[in-house]
Amino acid sequence: MPKRLYNEPSPLETKVLSKRFGLENSESLATYIANDGFKAFQKAREMKPEQIIEEVKTSALRGRGGAGFPTGLKWSFVPRSSPKPKYIVVNADESEPGTCKDRLLMEYDPHQLIEGILIGGLAIDSHKGYIYIRGEYRYLIEHMDRAIAEAYAQGYLGKNILGTGFDFDLYTHSGAGAYECGEETALLDSIEGKRGIPRMKPPFPAVAGAWASPTLLNNVETFSAIPAIIRDGGAAFAALGTPKNGGTRLLCVSGHVNKPGVYEVPLGYPMMKFIEEIAGGIPGGKKLKAVVPGGSSCPILKADECDIPMDYDSLAKIGSMLGSGGMVVLDETADMVKFALRIMRFYAHESCGWCIPCREGTTWLRKILQRFDDGGGRHEDVALLGELSKNMLGRTFCALGDAAAMPTISIVEKFADDFEKRLARDRQMVAV
Amino acid sequence: MTFSPKLEEKFAKMLTIYPEGRQRSAIVPMLIYAQDEVGSITPELIDEVARRCGVPPLQVDEVVGYYSMLHRKPMGKYHVQVCTNISCLLVGGMELYEHASKKLGIGHKQVTADGQISLEEVECMGACSWAPAVEINYDFHHHVTPEKLDQLIDGLKKTQ
Repeated sequence: MPKRLYNEPSPLETKVLSKRFGLENSESLATYIANDGFKAFQKAREMKPEQIIEEVKTSALRGRGGAGFPTGLKWSFVPRSSPKPKYIVVNADESEPGTCKDRLLMEYDPHQLIEGILIGGLAIDSHKGYIYIRGEYRYLIEHMDRAIAEAYAQGYLGKNILGTGFDFDLYTHSGAGAYECGEETALLDSIEGKRGIPRMKPPFPAVAGAWASPTLLNNVETFSAIPAIIRDGGAAFAALGTPKNGGTRLLCVSGHVNKPGVYEVPLGYPMMKFIEEIAGGIPGGKKLKAVVPGGSSCPILKADECDIPMDYDSLAKIGSMLGSGGMVVLDETADMVKFALRIMRFYAHESCGWCIPCREGTTWLRKILQRFDDGGGRHEDVALLGELSKNMLGRTFCALGDAAAMPTISIVEKFADDFEKRLARDRQMVAV
Repeated sequence: MTFSPKLEEKFAKMLTIYPEGRQRSAIVPMLIYAQDEVGSITPELIDEVARRCGVPPLQVDEVVGYYSMLHRKPMGKYHVQVCTNISCLLVGGMELYEHASKKLGIGHKQVTADGQISLEEVECMGACSWAPAVEINYDFHHHVTPEKLDQLIDGLKKTQ
């Protein structure tokens, strides 16, 4: 029997990273090997490190954790000749609200991730890797530990892998509940046994990352894309997407749709087609109100802005982001005041408190939104929320401050009417 | 202070996987696994983790305060975590949390009088496409309705 899937796949998907999802024992090494597994590693061992990195550059793969930085370029920043040990760290601290794809990549295809990590090891001359998995995903830590043990037992990890003379050790590392640890430098502090506070950059992790050593740090999905890129060639992967936006990615759709789920589509896939055909449209014949395109930190889109291709550059052009692939769909019934408040409660809770604009900014924004939602809103609050958020923008130590400010600015600007209607309703209630 | 043989084995291995002299790297995983056995992060546990990782207890203590899954007070034997973040919010997560609170007669981070069940309104836990979601200890439950939550909680009571 095929393994139970969290949601039915769609025939409109382009399955590259998720092609083994749903196969019987898809998590086993045997299934992986029987379905193209480790072909890329065999190919990569014959390649020069520069060729591997060049292939990743050609693929136009961009980081799937949220920032969308070109992966090949990031790999090229690691000083391969450094006398220090070099580490690979995998960001599996998936916590951006709306995002639940790395879970599936680890659950259904752990060996694809392991192979991607090994190829990274060949590229930067690293022999040790850590997968930092959020504490809430305990079952996945155990799951990855079993997959790692299986790979060791069959010679795919450890000393002299498949007789190549290449050694690589891989471990999991548990987080304990902190969104901020998804920020790469905070993650590194966390893995070193400290509070997850972001670091000053530069130096970037490529030069001084884990334990002050050169470190290659990428998201689970980014590493999981590497085997396909090396196996079929960077150009083939790039051709699936649009220029500078190579390949496919896993989109997690949630909220007001008939078929919420995780679906793999090429970069540049039309957003409305995705919502209507893959995600099954909006229930009850209701109208689309807004879309959070890629996780809670992305500026929200009004319904009339959603007729766009989903790639990093098209989203940037309209002032938003593709982020981590967590799309949240809101229908006409959605209460934007409550939505903005819930987002800010999250960021105020998760702010690490290290820098003042973020710590104080998120707290005050939360308080103003809470008061507004409780019926104590003032007309000037709408402008105040925007102004406070804009004051945070670009003035915080890490991206968490921006992540809190951007959705708020977009909500109060694009949905000011919703706030006004609330005020009118509150006044009426007072009058009664 | 000692832990179960299984955990002792895990911790012994854990201290070997980080570079030489960087054993404090084991602090966060060690704390969360130890908490599962001990029930909460006690001062004795902080001292023990500090000793094993070779740092002063204060350096472990400051780490404890940062991570939301680490609790200084014991939670229930069954820790019911209801997500109310945006994806869950849109499909009834907040109502689900309120339902759980009413049913159990406790609020956020509170424990039932018999110490068996605790409740927490949590942030996104990565189940957005199968919302609303609840995690009981480390078990995920998807597409949870108030009725389904009642069954889950009643099931916990029976297994006590």
